[in-house]
Amino acid sequence: MALRQDYRVPAIAVAGYDSALAAKLEAIWRTPPGWRGVLSSVDHKTIGIRYFVTAFAFLILGGLEALAMRLQLAGPQLRLLTPGQYNQLFTMHGISMIFLYAGPVLSGFSNYLWPLLLGSRDMAFPRVNALSYWTYLFAGLFIYSSFLVGSAPNAGWFNYVPIASREFDAGPNIDFYALGMIFLGFSTTVGSVNFIVTLLRTRAPGMSLNRLPILVWGTMTASIANVLVIPCVSLAFLMLWFDRQLGTQFFNPHGGGQPLLWQHLFWMFGHPWVYAVVLPAMGIVSDGLPTFCRRPLVGYTLVALSTVGTMALGFGVWLHHMFATGLPAMALSFFSGASIIIALPSAVAVFAWLATIASGRPVFTTAFLFFSSFIVLFVIGGVSGFMTASVPVDWQLTQTYFVVAHLHYVLIGINVFPVAGGVYYWFPKVTGRLLDKRLGRWNFWTMFLGFNVAFFPMHIAGLMGMPRRIYTYPPDVGWSAVNLITSIASFAFAVGVLLLLLNIGVSLRRGALAGANPWDAPTLEWSTPSPPPEYNFVVIPTIASRHPLWEEQLGEVEPQSRSRLDQGYVLDEGRETMGTTALDAEPDVILRMPSDSYVPLAFALAMSVSFVGLLLQHPTFAGVGVILMAAALVAWLWPERRLAQTAAAPVAEAQHV
Amino acid sequence: MSDAVLPIGEADELLSVPRELPVGTVGVHASGWWGMWCVIATESALFAYLLMTYLYLDLQARGSWPPGGPPSLMLALPNTFVLIASSVAVGLAESAMRTGSRMRATIGLLCGAALGIIFVGIQLLEWKRKPFSFESELYGSVYFTVTGFHMAHVVVGILVLLALALWSGLGYFDRVRHGPVSIGSVYWHFVDVVWLFVFAMLYLAPHARSL
Repeated sequence: MALRQDYRVPAIAVAGYDSALAAKLEAIWRTPPGWRGVLSSVDHKTIGIRYFVTAFAFLILGGLEALAMRLQLAGPQLRLLTPGQYNQLFTMHGISMIFLYAGPVLSGFSNYLWPLLLGSRDMAFPRVNALSYWTYLFAGLFIYSSFLVGSAPNAGWFNYVPIASREFDAGPNIDFYALGMIFLGFSTTVGSVNFIVTLLRTRAPGMSLNRLPILVWGTMTASIANVLVIPCVSLAFLMLWFDRQLGTQFFNPHGGGQPLLWQHLFWMFGHPWVYAVVLPAMGIVSDGLPTFCRRPLVGYTLVALSTVGTMALGFGVWLHHMFATGLPAMALSFFSGASIIIALPSAVAVFAWLATIASGRPVFTTAFLFFSSFIVLFVIGGVSGFMTASVPVDWQLTQTYFVVAHLHYVLIGINVFPVAGGVYYWFPKVTGRLLDKRLGRWNFWTMFLGFNVAFFPMHIAGLMGMPRRIYTYPPDVGWSAVNLITSIASFAFAVGVLLLLLNIGVSLRRGALAGANPWDAPTLEWSTPSPPPEYNFVVIPTIASRHPLWEEQLGEVEPQSRSRLDQGYVLDEGRETMGTTALDAEPDVILRMPSDSYVPLAFALAMSVSFVGLLLQHPTFAGVGVILMAAALVAWLWPERRLAQTAAAPVAEAQHV
Repeated sequence: MSDAVLPIGEADELLSVPRELPVGTVGVHASGWWGMWCVIATESALFAYLLMTYLYLDLQARGSWPPGGPPSLMLALPNTFVLIASSVAVGLAESAMRTGSRMRATIGLLCGAALGIIFVGIQLLEWKRKPFSFESELYGSVYFTVTGFHMAHVVVGILVLLALALWSGLGYFDRVRHGPVSIGSVYWHFVDVVWLFVFAMLYLAPHARSL
């Protein structure tokens, strides 16, 4: 084959995972062993696992912070923590869970699963994927390094001014947060762009938009939202840092600045972010639950549209975080109405899940327990959200433990429970082994009971008037019993999470072998071996329905029209995958994929140098980081012949070859 | 290759028609083309939030806004035309590349970069003449942040154009494979269009209001 061809007719073949073609692809796609592979891999599966493990590490850190707070609140007037330490702990707990766990853990699932679900050999931008992970890791470490100097962020995760201004918070605490969030925002943005382009470009031929798994709809919707709202919070944190360190006046009321502007910018980002960390998790349930109900999801189209609809409405509800700030009644009414209406698309999804269970033949696996209990928690968290969407109720309940209860039902109920279910569902695909079922039962019931006993009483504490974020309370206000119950049960919940980790640890070595499709599941990832090889698919599959592996038993597709999984495009001249058109997924281009590369790591390190320089207010340091970033970028983008980015060689040169 | 005779179905239809497909970066078939439009989407959002911040502070301001009256157009207006001219140069460079004229493309890219550098120079002069500073008052903070963000994008754009001119001069591109030039030029046009919004909001609107 000529090296310099611009067009080619891709070969089509029938081939399985034991063919000579598979061995050839194995050699082409192999990541170098040892440290070289660790630092340079761009494989989406490796990156997905890294995302997942890192997010879980932050979940554990955030959990330990929460347990320390629960010890402090177990009884009235305890002196385990000082008020200052308590402020740092609740702030870091929020930052860890919302930014460093809830979003990234879903990126872990989606990074691992997307190319497998879509019938592709990797994401559209494998090196950007690596960059997204490294910058996430370094941004997380950047924020957490604040503990080393005893100055963790301490103004709450939504960091209102003027409490977060230099006047009231002179240390570096808020600077760690402000710069760290801009850093993390970069990671989230490039990751989201990668998901969007992957979706538009690398679906298997025939996988039109109405055949996408709901997880893909969820992550796509979240990614589009991220692209549009991350700049808002990055800008807000940058202006706050300007105010704090360069003396600007944005939020400084003495200089004509507007403290309320911070709240607008934060929540214009913050509320869509809530949907960004729940919609993909709801997608996990929408895809996993039907497998265990032995039938397709009821109302696929409605669920897909309600995913998008929730997000569309989610852009217009941010003011409900600000009902008590004295805004005009007209604005309050509008945003209250929008916040109430958002219950509709959520209800569509809930009834679709219920109908799927009711009309199916449920198999009570651990994953099913997590998925189905998620529906209960979603309804509880949804109802308390519906209540606080009403302005008078919100005025009564804002800044109380009722809101704390609500947001934990939302974030734990709609994120952690689907994630745990997703772990039970996909662990066999990722590792080749099943998680233990008996341990799984203990795991589920400890988490479910621990969670509800810990967090339901917080509603009551809130109704009794207990404000959030207080480090202790007097003995005679009647909050002691509910707090003691919450504290004890929160440890039970923590034990539940530990059991999940224990199960993972034990099953990695001793779990039963899973085979390619242990659940007899319908989607494309289950057609690959467990764990999947680095190239994912020997031939690019051709998709004819929403359930490529259930076509026979469902009988929805005529035999002659079924998806082709063992016959398809070969694409073996280097790392290649099929690029398809955005709407109909017709073959459009043979995409040349990059090999493993150190450049993403180098870029992320250079970026870390810049942010450390900014934190230390050391312009040279920061400047060197920027120059290194530019150098890394030029190296990254230098047109490569191997990637078919450069012009055909002149004839003379071709003769040399 | 498939030897068996297969029944006709949707999947077969896709597989049975031999298709000649472009390999890699042919025209704008590159994933980077789509990636750039996503970057433009997120950067557009960034500038929308910047201008929203400006408007919010404007509407909530107690005194006159801008404090010293509408800003002078003496430098900013001609500078706007410099930037538009640079877009024309880059546009010509891109279409030259599409017809395979490497030399004209390289010159066009260099002209675009040169006009970008002139824009930066005039803008620095404009900044120097302002009676307020970044930290002296609220208007200064938001003025320098908005125009500073734009300036940073122009600087990045100049570096992009210079890299493209270099690669183009090295003969990396031709009429089939010119993806990076198309991608880079769409970024440059974006930076210029953003300036029109910034210029309209920060420079023209105060004049319109005082009419």
